[in-house]
Amino acid sequence: MSEVLVAIEDLTVRFGDRLVVDRVNLSLHRGDIITIIGPNGAGKTTLIKTILGIQVPTSGRIMRAQNLAIGYVPQHLSLETTLPLSVKRFMLLSGQSLAECESALARTGVSHLLKASVHHLSGGEQQRLLLARALVRKPDLLVLDEPAQGVDINGQAALYDLIRQLRDELNCGVIMISHDLHLVMAATDKVICLNQHVCCSGYPADISHDPAFIETFGRPVADSLAVYHHHHNHSHDLHGNVVGSGTSHSATGHEECSHEHH
Amino acid sequence: MSIIDTLLNDFFWRALIGGLGVALIAGPLGCFVVWRRMAYFGDTLAHSALLGIALSFLISVPLHLGVIITSVILAMALMLFSRNKTLATDTLLGILAHSALAIGLVALSFMPSVRIDLTGLLFGDLLAMTRNDLLWIYGGAVLILSLLTVLWRGLLMSTIHEELARVEGIPVERLRLLLMLMFAIVIAVAMKMVGVLLITALLIIPAATARRLANTPEQMAALAVLFGFIAVAGGLSLSWHLDTPAGPSVVVTAFATFLVVYGSAGQLSARPSA
Repeated sequence: MSEVLVAIEDLTVRFGDRLVVDRVNLSLHRGDIITIIGPNGAGKTTLIKTILGIQVPTSGRIMRAQNLAIGYVPQHLSLETTLPLSVKRFMLLSGQSLAECESALARTGVSHLLKASVHHLSGGEQQRLLLARALVRKPDLLVLDEPAQGVDINGQAALYDLIRQLRDELNCGVIMISHDLHLVMAATDKVICLNQHVCCSGYPADISHDPAFIETFGRPVADSLAVYHHHHNHSHDLHGNVVGSGTSHSATGHEECSHEHH
Repeated sequence: MSIIDTLLNDFFWRALIGGLGVALIAGPLGCFVVWRRMAYFGDTLAHSALLGIALSFLISVPLHLGVIITSVILAMALMLFSRNKTLATDTLLGILAHSALAIGLVALSFMPSVRIDLTGLLFGDLLAMTRNDLLWIYGGAVLILSLLTVLWRGLLMSTIHEELARVEGIPVERLRLLLMLMFAIVIAVAMKMVGVLLITALLIIPAATARRLANTPEQMAALAVLFGFIAVAGGLSLSWHLDTPAGPSVVVTAFATFLVVYGSAGQLSARPSA
């Protein structure tokens, strides 16, 4: 079993009276890619902020591996246009050397933007810059909040592919939020469907049959994913075998939800 | 020594030296006000200065200290209030800005023994700059410039993306408090120069002017200092020759510079600035 990077137990977050995250359990091993899906307002972002340590949980425990270096890719870089900033300067603010910044930019395919202003980047370029910014810190854990937002449909597949490659190169854990169900289902080891509490979790192939998933996303979505999966199961299994990162696959793939569903 | 003495004995030179000192710190701090959209916040702190003055008389501490303490307390109160988001931040700032000003005015009216030039406090007073004020200005400038140099990367990073900065281990909250403290100091020392109603202009206008020509955050801060110098020197000359009030003259000069820079830079390059 590979090293546990983050483990959370019965994690609960409340904003006033509102229950945002309800008794969530989760553990992430080195080499895992976990994707959190769920409707708007399901507490996805709050959950990862707790993992990042920027949101204090109301109750529950969170354990991080010692000296865990976290690379965070926020949803977007909403920077005031009044602040003049080049890509190079933004990268250097990480405190790493220029050579390392350049190689991180090259790895995410945006080294040509070194001199550009961060204000003039397209959605896809911005995401790749943020990814490079996270990479340059050589993270053990990569946390991404909707990494493919504002990226066109071809770019999305390429971006998820890149994230998977980076997981292999850095041997890090990845946890991300995504709305791109089809792409997620194809690219992830484990999916957690969150709707305050964990509705269901497991392998992508299984989860679309889960009653809780169907209840959350509706029958049409679940059916379309199920069809999609039927088609893609082989490549997913094959990929798992080839990469050999399937240690966590031996664990229980599918935990039935213990909560009542209304 | 004698030249310096002569200069310091002349109220015009005292005002100029003081004004340049204020511009030196207002430049980089003004950039943070612009970058972090804190214009209204700065205004609120400035308005509270009057309350600070009343308070300093009441508990007999130096004026500058009273103003700094009041601003810091108000800044912290604002940070606490804005956490529970029952009121929009601008509403909250609007309430506190004007209440602080009004309470200050009322408090001062209760102290008939205190002879105070209200117009001077509100709009600045060229003649009022003393050697003691110069000490406060340059003491504050040394402190603020050292703090800014040491904290620059962290401040910049938490301005660019607060959550990213936190994940990277930058003490965002502590830096915010230090920034408040620096604002409080600049307000306290600039108060006599431009007056509490116009201090924010001295922070924002040179920084906004600098934005048009700057390609890096550091360039913007340096240019803001330069435009601040121009505003102070120009404004004081205007005041000297035309007998106009000093504070407003400085702000008018800053605004004229802003118009010239935006007008000409727009013609020089059609590209949006980097």
